[in-house]
Amino acid sequence: MGFERQADFGTPPVASDDLVTLTIDGREVTVPAGTSVMRAAAEIGAAIPKLCATDNMKSFGSCRLCLVEIDGARGTPASCTTPVMPGMAVHTQTPRLERLRKGVMELYISDHPLDCLTCSANNDCELQEQAAAVGLRDVRYGYSGDNHLGLTTDVSNPYFDFDPSKCIVCSRCVRACDEVQGTFALTIDGRGFASMVSAGQDKDNFLSSECVSCGACVQACPTATLQEKSVKAIGLPERAVVTTCAYCGVGCTFRAEMRGEQLVRMVPWKDGKANRGHSCVKGRFAYGYANHQDRILAPMIREAIDQPWREVSWDEAIGYAAGRLGAIKAEHGPAALGGITSSRCTNEETFLVQKLVRAAFGTNNVDTCARVCHSPTGYGLKTTFGTSAGTQDFDSVMDTDVMLVIGANPTDAHPVFASRMKRRLRQGAKLIVIDPRRIDLVRSPHVEAAHHLPLQPGTNVAVLTSLAHVIVTEGLADEAFIRERCDWDEYQDWAAFVSDERHSPEFLEPVTRVPAQDLRAAARLYATGGNGAIYYGLGVTEHSQGSSTVMAIANLAMVTGNIGRPGVGVNPLRGQNNVQGACDMGSFPHELPGYRHIHDAETRSLFEKDWGVTLDSEPGLRINNMLDAAVDGTFKAIYIQGEDILQSDPNTQHVSAGLSAMELVIVHDLFLNETANYAHVFLPGSTFLEKNGTFTNAERRIQPVRKVMDPANGYEDWQVTQLLANALGADWSYTHPSEIIDEIARLTPSFAGLSWAGLDKLGSVQWPVNEAHPEGSPVMHIEGFVRGKGKFVVTDYVPTDEKTGPRFPLLLTTGRILSHYNVGAQTRRTSNVAWHPEDLLEMHPADADNRGLKDGDWAKLNSRTGETTLRCRVTDRVAPGVVYTTFHHPATQANVVTTDYSDWATNCPEYKVTAVQVMPSNGPSDWQEEYTELSERSRRITGGAMEPAE
Amino acid sequence: MSATEHGGGTLPKLRRMAEQIALNFAAIGHDDAVLATADHIYQFWDPRMKAAIFADDRGALSPIARGAIDHLAGGAHPASQTRATEFNTAHETGHSDAG
Repeated sequence: MGFERQADFGTPPVASDDLVTLTIDGREVTVPAGTSVMRAAAEIGAAIPKLCATDNMKSFGSCRLCLVEIDGARGTPASCTTPVMPGMAVHTQTPRLERLRKGVMELYISDHPLDCLTCSANNDCELQEQAAAVGLRDVRYGYSGDNHLGLTTDVSNPYFDFDPSKCIVCSRCVRACDEVQGTFALTIDGRGFASMVSAGQDKDNFLSSECVSCGACVQACPTATLQEKSVKAIGLPERAVVTTCAYCGVGCTFRAEMRGEQLVRMVPWKDGKANRGHSCVKGRFAYGYANHQDRILAPMIREAIDQPWREVSWDEAIGYAAGRLGAIKAEHGPAALGGITSSRCTNEETFLVQKLVRAAFGTNNVDTCARVCHSPTGYGLKTTFGTSAGTQDFDSVMDTDVMLVIGANPTDAHPVFASRMKRRLRQGAKLIVIDPRRIDLVRSPHVEAAHHLPLQPGTNVAVLTSLAHVIVTEGLADEAFIRERCDWDEYQDWAAFVSDERHSPEFLEPVTRVPAQDLRAAARLYATGGNGAIYYGLGVTEHSQGSSTVMAIANLAMVTGNIGRPGVGVNPLRGQNNVQGACDMGSFPHELPGYRHIHDAETRSLFEKDWGVTLDSEPGLRINNMLDAAVDGTFKAIYIQGEDILQSDPNTQHVSAGLSAMELVIVHDLFLNETANYAHVFLPGSTFLEKNGTFTNAERRIQPVRKVMDPANGYEDWQVTQLLANALGADWSYTHPSEIIDEIARLTPSFAGLSWAGLDKLGSVQWPVNEAHPEGSPVMHIEGFVRGKGKFVVTDYVPTDEKTGPRFPLLLTTGRILSHYNVGAQTRRTSNVAWHPEDLLEMHPADADNRGLKDGDWAKLNSRTGETTLRCRVTDRVAPGVVYTTFHHPATQANVVTTDYSDWATNCPEYKVTAVQVMPSNGPSDWQEEYTELSERSRRITGGAMEPAE
Repeated sequence: MSATEHGGGTLPKLRRMAEQIALNFAAIGHDDAVLATADHIYQFWDPRMKAAIFADDRGALSPIARGAIDHLAGGAHPASQTRATEFNTAHETGHSDAG
């Protein structure tokens, strides 16, 4: 694709079955009723001049440039605000319109700097284009009058500048912030000539304001007023490649706009079906890590982890790794080896890593980082519905009447989808939030939850069963749906269980700390408020009862009939970009791609024939079991692609002990991450900008990742895995990920219709994609559940073993923040640190006061597992008795204090409940200081300066 | 406190895992819970984990966990007790499990 702006139809499309036919400049056009004259004209290529209109927000009618004449109508109406009418005859270019438009444009230009040649938007400026379009040749007013040309540029935001001298006050930025992002951070301050775009209050700039740097305003700006710093520094892009963001599970589609081999900017693609043209601060701006000085581009090896690294050739590194793997296998057997796939890598890379482990290592010891996030989703939804994935597409939210958000913080962790949610809430949908914290969705501009149930961490199952109790005992169950779609006998057992008084909100209130009347009201709203959709995140799964909670959610959806159509459903919000895909591709130790169990001889035989090997028929070890086995001495070597288990997995000391006990740790990553402190071989990885492949987002949408530049390290990650496999004796010969897709399709029924060419044609596709669903499946379980009848599961509340007590009286829960992603390996190496330079401990004022802690003080956070120190933020958004922190910074290592308690069914760690004590501190703990020293020592590279990663 | 003090060490962890599975199935009744626990361990545990718990003294385990281990250690391959362990039989679009 060459560089050209995406077509802009001026106003949004209208969905209507009523069609209207009119003529524009003598040409007949038929459009849905309610369409604007401007859009109808654009549909036939008649470009009516415009400045304040753009097609991702409502028409505004302020710039007066899009005037048209209509036969029989008085005056010259604005085409953006005038809907089409049957038989209407529109004229877009007449002498009268020409005169009026020139006059309007003359006024704009009379207060605009004429520095086009040196302006960063030169040749990419709508004002410049429209001045040309209306034939402006001179400005009669001169420039000596009052103007705004001397105003100062706000350069506070790390990614874009705001130059008010170039502003034409079209309000596109303000409207983008309101309508697209839903933050309402911008406003037009003042009146008349004094009108100015303003971020926040008088003393605010863009950085200090409520602005979340999503980039919607920058994208909307028709001039250089809001402009990316990268464009200012580099110049305009000359080509664009459509690809998929590598941050969260929303999976936004972007145009990577390039000049030569240099990425100029990432611009959200309007045709992206997951993001619909929107973005967040991470995907839009935080790509600088790709060229960060910390990135390792040469392979390195060392005999022992107390030695410095030695840079070697790819041949030597691969040969060394293969040699040691072979020797360990020969001495200890294949079960001593294993691997971890990455939810940040492509489906094709993940598929190859599990193939490497199963076919070349000869073991099923393969696991993935989904183990520590959404593995309970797999278990729970498989049990109840028959499939683990979310039931809807993201567009479904626009048909939702009641959203129930539990254990998720979408505005921080899934911000682009949160903007869609907020848009629907502003239209009148109701919101129930179940979360220990008062997340932003509870109350933000023009959005207020009908009910916030601030439950005690660890009581999700009790709260959900109470909700079910109210629905069943108050006669709110959808019996017709249940009789038709679910197993009636199982329903009756379940209904009897939840109806027991011991599951009533009143009985459980001392446990959940949720006022019974609030819980009853929330249950009634969800059951009777129309289309009800449940959205959940890691606050559900990362508990000792994560799988039970997922099943309790599914029970609620079934008992209210909220399954199988747009607007309803159960929607797990996946943390990383390719969590769904990594699971689909056979990353779990008990199953092959397509979720087929390794016990199954027929399935094994299919893969054995295709791969030419014999597969082990027994399940392998999960990540935590691998670490246990390493400490026990039966697990000796691991290949870890794109995953930092030392920082992201619980009980850091145990992870450290497991890694230290291994004879060979191979880390394949962009950076010397924390896990690499324990590695013997480092294989440099490639970024998402440097590879081809696919990611699968939270709505099961498989989307192409396209290479926009060559890998700086020399190889795409799938190529590195292939080198290692071949050094171990495999005979792989993939030349492009499309060939790996073909293999996946050949071996996996639910992906049988998938191909690289098909993705190019459709843009993206939601699995299953096969003969029955050639273009994919946006909504699942429409006619019936995949498993047949929906299964109600009795979910008894089994409290966690992690208890508070005199020594550890507080409950710690962890989460994410908007500006950072996961362990922060990428975002900490961007200017996003401007918003979040360190992890903070949120604590209620009463708890802080009891301990003599003030906002900003150092606090020691101590659990039964370990201790760390971090600064305190005193806030009432957490309840008394609960403290909260993020896990983005290795200097804090929040997982030093988390335990190895885990979900009963899947071993997903219980990150969300840790009993802790917090006391004043005067600085980092001994462990932190020792770890910092270890990190620095471990990152020495022979012949080069020591380069600490942070 | 060290990882070992916190219930660490492989065998105590395996006992704890078995107990946790048993406890979460307890609501369906003893006999069914025994089979469901056995099924779960059979489908998800690595052979060395199974071997370790089979070799362990089961006297301290709860009746459900003990019954499940007895069942498996006797060489039985339990039938699937939940759809989460009923692999490879449903319509192909349904296969999805992350256990």
